[in-house]
Amino acid sequence: MDKLLQVQNGEAVSRRDIPDLPFRDFQKVVLSKTDHSGFPVQFFAYENEEKELKLITVIRSGTHLYTAGCSLPEEFPSLTAKCEKFHMFEREIAEQFGARPKDHPWLKMVRYHANYRGKEDVFGNDYRVDIPGNYPYFSVDGHSIHEVAVGPVHAGIIEPGHFRFQCAGEKVFSLEIQLGYQHRGVEKLLEQAGQPLNRLPVICESIAGDTAIGHSLCHSQAIEALAGLEVDKGSKIIRSVALELERLANHIGDLGALSGDVAFNPPLNYFGRIRGEFLNLSLTMAGNRFGKGLVRPGGISFPVGEEQRQIMINKVIDETQGIDHVCDLLFSAHTVLARFENTGTVPRELAEKIGLVGYSGRASGLSYDARVAFPTELFGEMEANRNNRTVGDVCSRATVRREEIMHSLDAIPKLLSKNIDAEPLPVPASHTLAADSFVVTINEAWRGELSHCLLTNKEGAILRYKVKDPSFHNWTGLSMSLRNQGISDFPLCNKSFNLSYCGFDL
Amino acid sequence: MNISFSFASLAMLFAAFALAPLLMGVILKVKAFFAGKQGPPWLIKYHTLVKLLQKGSVYSTSTTFIFKLGPVVSFTTAVMLLLFFPFAGMAPVLSFHGDVIMLFYLLGLGRFFTVLAALDTASPFEGMGAAREVFFSSLAEAAIFVILALFFRLSGSLSFAEYFTGTHAVNLWSESAALILLVVIALFIVLLTENSRVPVDDPATHLELTMIHEVMILDHSGPDLALIEMGAFCKMLFYASFVSCLLFPFQTGTPFFNIIIFAMVMTLVYAGVGLVESITARYKMDTVPNYILTSFALVCFATILTMEFVL
Repeated sequence: MDKLLQVQNGEAVSRRDIPDLPFRDFQKVVLSKTDHSGFPVQFFAYENEEKELKLITVIRSGTHLYTAGCSLPEEFPSLTAKCEKFHMFEREIAEQFGARPKDHPWLKMVRYHANYRGKEDVFGNDYRVDIPGNYPYFSVDGHSIHEVAVGPVHAGIIEPGHFRFQCAGEKVFSLEIQLGYQHRGVEKLLEQAGQPLNRLPVICESIAGDTAIGHSLCHSQAIEALAGLEVDKGSKIIRSVALELERLANHIGDLGALSGDVAFNPPLNYFGRIRGEFLNLSLTMAGNRFGKGLVRPGGISFPVGEEQRQIMINKVIDETQGIDHVCDLLFSAHTVLARFENTGTVPRELAEKIGLVGYSGRASGLSYDARVAFPTELFGEMEANRNNRTVGDVCSRATVRREEIMHSLDAIPKLLSKNIDAEPLPVPASHTLAADSFVVTINEAWRGELSHCLLTNKEGAILRYKVKDPSFHNWTGLSMSLRNQGISDFPLCNKSFNLSYCGFDL
Repeated sequence: MNISFSFASLAMLFAAFALAPLLMGVILKVKAFFAGKQGPPWLIKYHTLVKLLQKGSVYSTSTTFIFKLGPVVSFTTAVMLLLFFPFAGMAPVLSFHGDVIMLFYLLGLGRFFTVLAALDTASPFEGMGAAREVFFSSLAEAAIFVILALFFRLSGSLSFAEYFTGTHAVNLWSESAALILLVVIALFIVLLTENSRVPVDDPATHLELTMIHEVMILDHSGPDLALIEMGAFCKMLFYASFVSCLLFPFQTGTPFFNIIIFAMVMTLVYAGVGLVESITARYKMDTVPNYILTSFALVCFATILTMEFVL
């Protein structure tokens, strides 16, 4: 693989070192690298200083990361036609930069916005009119076929998204998911924020409210790499604990919601309370229930004292047994298992084809965990988690979450028992970034592989800021899990994935 | 036809009507108990009704008069049911030979108009909910009519009130108790089905795609919704009283004791619904028919048992 540059997670490299291949070679190399065990982590376009359209990719294969770039023609043969993993990435490129992937099997906008270059729209939309745009939906014809459209406004308090089902009676043939209702232009905001860089972490924490720690961690690591900042070990411990607390709170809340979706109420209420306990631990640590304001480039903003450490260790140990009991209650109720098992199955081959990440991937037998493959902070010293049920159904996704909860509950006291003396950051901290550089950071946020990628220009300003939420991969998995399922099982499948709308919409 | 406008009968009818929302509170309290919560106040359903009655109704431009008719008909039929019911062993307001057939078709009429109103909105969800409702309730109807056949064999009557009075009263304390036990279980399943309770439907869900009854009334608002809610409370009350009458003969001779015991048994039945909702999850939509047909199988079996000497 001499044509690809091997990079490390969170390590800045000069942009000149990234191989700039001819387009055909680029595609050939990328395809050969992603045919089975390789997956694209990033695959995005940008305009360089000379306003030339460039393409850059980061591919993971095992525990290695590779990168390569090329010039992107205005019209190019689609990779998706040969490898499904690029499906969303190519649609995103077409939408953001107006370059057309030829023979793309389902070329449609991702978030519904005009491209950044003022080019003619690939999808034939006029973005000056509000709605409706040119939204072609996959449709099925035939006797007793009916279409059910759900959203973007839903009966419950959830985020907006449109779901289009093609059904025969209760059975779903196809589900198409159209998002973008919460597009805020996050990447542009980040690129245009300029110096000082203090605004960036605040924006990153607001990309997806439930992944505030995950995003700010990815961002901080990227800035640290570009500005050459060293993070002391105490801060690393606190940042690892913060990420695990975020994971705990979300998994526990979701297990409760899963039981609520099958109308099994007791765990819903117990888990609802317990989730609050873990949000409160983030409050103890960071002064914010979602951990906002804690992680900043260079370390952490607040020191965590002895008293807080004791509160946290005791709370985690106190709650462990209760959580185990409620999990037993949920996973031993046969009526619950009857709903969970063999519902919304994504088999391993399919999961691999579309590149599922996070617990959804692990539930389908893809063992990839960024904490193990590309450890950051203190995750390298943590024991890896094992998953026992990997069939790919709702029950697997719920079981994997239970296992991750137990794993995190075990890990947090161990992490906190180390020396956590950390130097809080001076406020405000301003940094200069290395010029003409590239960095990619990957963390296992609670939903899965979360990645930020930064390119700086000759003056050290941010040229391109690319954010990729795990939901970007996994929404396709949800569509697939609904094939040949009862339409009434959709909410259950949806909750078992529990993907982010705003993380996807950016 | 027997028409009883006695003070006792009318008083019972009004008391039942007035207390129906309170009894729904029992279910909520039991569920809250199992969830380790305090739960909503006992009078929550009254608050809901008052709140809805104070609001205005919103009508979609795609609906016709059918949509407005739905709540009225379903409410009226549900209230009419109560006219035939011998609460606590009192004579019902109305009673005639064959009124049981009338009773269950009144229920059917109410459902028919609810379904029509749902279809009138032309919403894909509501059509889906209507299809489910019609399918499941037609299965429950099979069980109901076998129960009626069985009761006819046991009591020789086709009048609802006469089932529970006289020498051949049908209840758990008569000589056919074993059969009635099967009927009680079957009727409880029918109660859960007809009133959209767990494990058939989930009245608390906000997920449109899983709803059965709730989705059909999504477009109704204000007083219309209040009528539907009140109709649903009456229907629940009817089924719960039906089960209660099988559980205990309210013939102590003292009306006061009858009423006290009736109230207690009713509370037990509602608490039973709450208990079932707390310890079971909903069935998958495609296994719900099996569950409902269990009730049919049970009462069919009971009916066959009554035929032992026929040959």
